[in-house]
Amino acid sequence: MTKLHEWFRHLKDKLVLLLAHLALIAALTPLFSVLWEVFRRGIGAISLDFFVKPTPAVGEVGGGVANAIQGTLITIGLASLIGVPIGIITGIFLSEYGETRLSSFVRLFNELLNGMPSIVIGLFAYALIAIKIGFSVTAASFALALIMIPIVSRATEEALKLVPATIREAALALGMPRWKTTIFVALKGARKAVATGVLLAMARIAGESAPVLVTMGYWKWWFAGFDRPVAYLALNIFLFAKSPFENWIALAWGSALILVVIILGINVVVRLLMREKRL
Amino acid sequence: MVNGDRSSQKAHIFLPTCHPRAGKAKTLLTGDNVFKAFTAVVASSIILILGLMVYYLYLGSRSSIEKFGLVFLIGVDWDPVRGVFGALPLVLGTLVTSAIALLIALPISLGVALALSEYMPKRLSNVFSFFVELLAAVPSVVYGLWGIYVLIPFLREVVYPPIRSSFGFIPLFSGPIYGGGVLTAGLLLAIMITPIMSAIMRDLFILAPSTLKEAAMALGATKWEAIKVMINYAQSGIVAATVLGLGRAMGEAMAVTMVIGNRFQLLPSSLFDAWYTMAAILANEFIEAIDHLHISALINVGLLLLVINLVVLICARLVVWRHMKVVGGIMRE
Amino acid sequence: MSSPYKIEVENLNAWYGHQQVLIDINMKIKDKAVTAIMGPSGCGKTTFIRCLNRMHELVPRAKVSGKVIFNGVNIYDNGVDPTWVRKRIGMVFQKPNPFPMMSIYDNVAFGPRIHGIGDKKLLDQIVRQSLEMAGLWEEVKGDLRRPASALSGGQQQRLCIARALALEPEVILMDEPTSHLDPISVAKIETLIRRLAEKYAIVIVTHNVQQAARVSDYVAFFYMGRLVEYGPTKEVFERPRNELTERYVTGKFG
Repeated sequence: MTKLHEWFRHLKDKLVLLLAHLALIAALTPLFSVLWEVFRRGIGAISLDFFVKPTPAVGEVGGGVANAIQGTLITIGLASLIGVPIGIITGIFLSEYGETRLSSFVRLFNELLNGMPSIVIGLFAYALIAIKIGFSVTAASFALALIMIPIVSRATEEALKLVPATIREAALALGMPRWKTTIFVALKGARKAVATGVLLAMARIAGESAPVLVTMGYWKWWFAGFDRPVAYLALNIFLFAKSPFENWIALAWGSALILVVIILGINVVVRLLMREKRL
Repeated sequence: MVNGDRSSQKAHIFLPTCHPRAGKAKTLLTGDNVFKAFTAVVASSIILILGLMVYYLYLGSRSSIEKFGLVFLIGVDWDPVRGVFGALPLVLGTLVTSAIALLIALPISLGVALALSEYMPKRLSNVFSFFVELLAAVPSVVYGLWGIYVLIPFLREVVYPPIRSSFGFIPLFSGPIYGGGVLTAGLLLAIMITPIMSAIMRDLFILAPSTLKEAAMALGATKWEAIKVMINYAQSGIVAATVLGLGRAMGEAMAVTMVIGNRFQLLPSSLFDAWYTMAAILANEFIEAIDHLHISALINVGLLLLVINLVVLICARLVVWRHMKVVGGIMRE
Repeated sequence: MSSPYKIEVENLNAWYGHQQVLIDINMKIKDKAVTAIMGPSGCGKTTFIRCLNRMHELVPRAKVSGKVIFNGVNIYDNGVDPTWVRKRIGMVFQKPNPFPMMSIYDNVAFGPRIHGIGDKKLLDQIVRQSLEMAGLWEEVKGDLRRPASALSGGQQQRLCIARALALEPEVILMDEPTSHLDPISVAKIETLIRRLAEKYAIVIVTHNVQQAARVSDYVAFFYMGRLVEYGPTKEVFERPRNELTERYVTGKFG
């Protein structure tokens, strides 16, 4: 209760306030540095060639990421074809029948799958698919689909929970069977939220390179069949970053720039939309 | 909520026989039941998938397991040419880099969470939270790229030399500095796991009952003393967030392999020395491995990582469940 | 120097943002007595006592003007440390709020500890005395390490009272302390309040008119942010000067 003790207490109080804000600055500095550097070093690589030329051969000057863009779109498309329906249906199950014993297990395993290292998921896809048909888009898409499922499932479940019960009850009162109200009424009402969940999942896998690496490896050419690999933008960054070639390194930064713009762009748009909804 | 399927089943029994749906009264094949079964089957595929994951990784590791058995876990050699593989250095590398990451990320995440939930007005807090969440959306590969060309030179020129000159008498901080290595990997991982940890903690603090801090303030506590009470209350949640961060750090492959130096050795000579982790060796060697035993050993490493990760995730879940029980009990009072 | 009045409130006004909740309150609170603050919901009584220990200002966009003079010092003066004020003027809340994860002992010892008392023997003594004074000692002395959440509602509230007493305040503010409790606990706490009044100045907010009549020596009637009437309990109840007061105490509204 001495004066010194009091002073010390208040000093500690102010110190913590300072430290908390310093921590915030420390945490955000890498973000701004990454964004700045990616922009600064990547913008130089962006040109028309960047978007229309495929991966340059070793020793070749210039080049672009056109084939990687093509490959990424194909892979994400195929992965979504598998992952989105399963994710949505799982989300429907969890929201409609969420009280059952089975749903607690599904939720638990969803969480485990969500926390799995993506490279391990890739190894699984390798052992399941690539080992039989070789490094391929199919194997990679399967791995990426597995990553999408928990994200889409959770988004669907949350979205359905937000649909007011009154809307469902109105449909039920008109004689619609429950399952139809889920699909045609609730899901319809939730479609925006579900769509944003799907978008976020796509943004997430666009940035994944580890599972793609072990299921597809590198590919420097255009799409050549579902049983062959394709070029993947995020993976290209990995390949180019470690190389000694100037133009490859430039391509790495350029790819990083468009990846970051698209992925962060989607995240920003989605979050802004979700915020409007809550108001 | 209307008991959709149950009441519609009962209704069938009581409907007059002239009712259009009376004919289906005795069947179980109502639309609702089929729907429920269908969604249940699809949802359960996740359980199947995780089981298959363990199984197939086990299958892929069989050659390695047959040759090395449990010795794989303590083996310290990795030589594809001679066909000798051991994972101990990888496990150590994973644990140490993750521990470094947590050591850095935990206090920082705590500070960020406090700044966002306690010290900032709501609108400002929302803006900054938004940026912190954006950190989580940056792809690992981009962090790795930034790590190689921005972080490493920075650490090599500006940060590490003074550390070595001041603390070089400790072996941990002596040795050649090339910029990458154990400490760099730990730091990069810390940057990557901070957003998740701080987001969880921030939500934890926002959800903590305000009566806690109010009671402390009424006793003449300073704001920090009141916050300490809240942190005490939220301790299980903080542990859960930490465990989740640990899991994430252990599984990160690309960013780590790009900055850690990828040197297979039982122990590094210092924090500035290169090393290896389970995830990093997979990213680095898998596609180039052609020898069957080599591939099998790598998948074995993957299986090991899977198992360790599952254990960590389940522990996190258990901590959360216990927290819910305790908090739920208090809330009911 | 020992004035019979512990707290003197002069021209107190309080706002939440733009909304004025207290208008020109002037009041003197007697020491070693129970002063009840009563009135219908929204009349400002809770805001009033929270102004007495500078808790009101913790709410964002809260504002206060006027003086609250305690021991000759206006607690709202520039140099005054709010933590000092709250140490000397304790508060018990409507819903018992012990620190749930802490033990009974640690709850009571919290106040003394943050204010610098570290000596174990001294803390033991303070904890025991506070729990005795709050009438809880006999019930918990067996195991003080039990978490506070293990106690019943009535016990938790007495624990909160003990926690406030541990700081040896001069005034104890109580915001509807029995409104969440069962009748037996209510009776116990009312008895406790009468006992505490022998030593402290007690200000109790209550929405229960009968409780105010039972427990207090002085009563203040608030309505729409203003102090309508204030005086010895017997007088206010038997011969209210204001028509509003009369209607309230006879149960015609509120």
